[in-house]
Amino acid sequence: MAIIDLANPTRFLRLTDRLLPWLVGATVVAMVVGLYLALYVSPEDYQQGATVKIMYIHVPFAWLAMFAYTVMALASLGTLVWKHPLSDVSAKAAAPIGAAFTFLCLVTGSLWGKPMWGTWWVWDARLTSVLVLFIMYLGIIALWRTIEDPIRAGKAVAVLTLVGYLNIPIIKFSVDWWNTLHQPASVIRMDGPSMPPSMLVALLVMALAFTLLFMTLHFMAMRSEILRRRIRAMRQREAAGASGIATAATAQADTAPRDGTGTLNGKTAEARS
Amino acid sequence: MLPDLGNHPGFIIASYFVSLIVIGGLIGWIRYDYGRQKSVLAELEARGLRRRSAAAKSDTTGSKA
Repeated sequence: MAIIDLANPTRFLRLTDRLLPWLVGATVVAMVVGLYLALYVSPEDYQQGATVKIMYIHVPFAWLAMFAYTVMALASLGTLVWKHPLSDVSAKAAAPIGAAFTFLCLVTGSLWGKPMWGTWWVWDARLTSVLVLFIMYLGIIALWRTIEDPIRAGKAVAVLTLVGYLNIPIIKFSVDWWNTLHQPASVIRMDGPSMPPSMLVALLVMALAFTLLFMTLHFMAMRSEILRRRIRAMRQREAAGASGIATAATAQADTAPRDGTGTLNGKTAEARS
Repeated sequence: MLPDLGNHPGFIIASYFVSLIVIGGLIGWIRYDYGRQKSVLAELEARGLRRRSAAAKSDTTGSKA
């Protein structure tokens, strides 16, 4: 079986039926280990003290905010180029999860910024570009809800998502391109991570835990979206069937023989009513 | 046992608490949505409605029989 065959919605539902319990288990284990390492094992920062513990959730939220958008951008390519039925399902399901992670990135960043920088917010490049990402998520969710037909909505959202992807490298490199209050990258760097292994391991385990959580929630949301589209299709078939019966009855009534009073015969009149 | 949270425990606790609430809400909403879609689908199937592919498959099976 080719990988593309797994992208059939029915096969996808069967596959996720088997996969989801394992993903949930892996997420819980990774989260428990990650929280233990972050809260009890990792050392305090020499400047920030224990406040550095916010990093273990803030950084994974930031990574996943961008990762979820990347998933949406790849799915948008699938929608526009290959018109694959699962592509826009994937893009639609990822949007609220990405929005939630971006919101948490902004809130935890603000809660980390107040004791460290002395301010909740500054309009610098990194913070502003992440806020723009959050607004884009909200715009994409709104666009999905504005257009009723999911195929048309998928195409419109795909174009918007791909245009908005320009913001992702801006977020990543904003700390290098402009002077900001935000610290530069300390994990994904050309010369290797700048933090000690005792902190790095905890951060990477938390990032793995949140990535597994994203995958779990994404698959669950995709399953809901597949069912929603099936329900929509079934209701359309029902409505088409009902209107087909009505149309046939109307046609029959128009061609039916009329009695002397000019009224329809009983059977046709009943069908028309 | 609570870990040592240094000089700014309120900010650390608030960060983790807000994250717990938002992620908990997200999980709850996604589970509720899936349950609702499943029950609507079951209701439609109970009324005799089927998807086009399922209907076509049963028609083929029926005509073979």
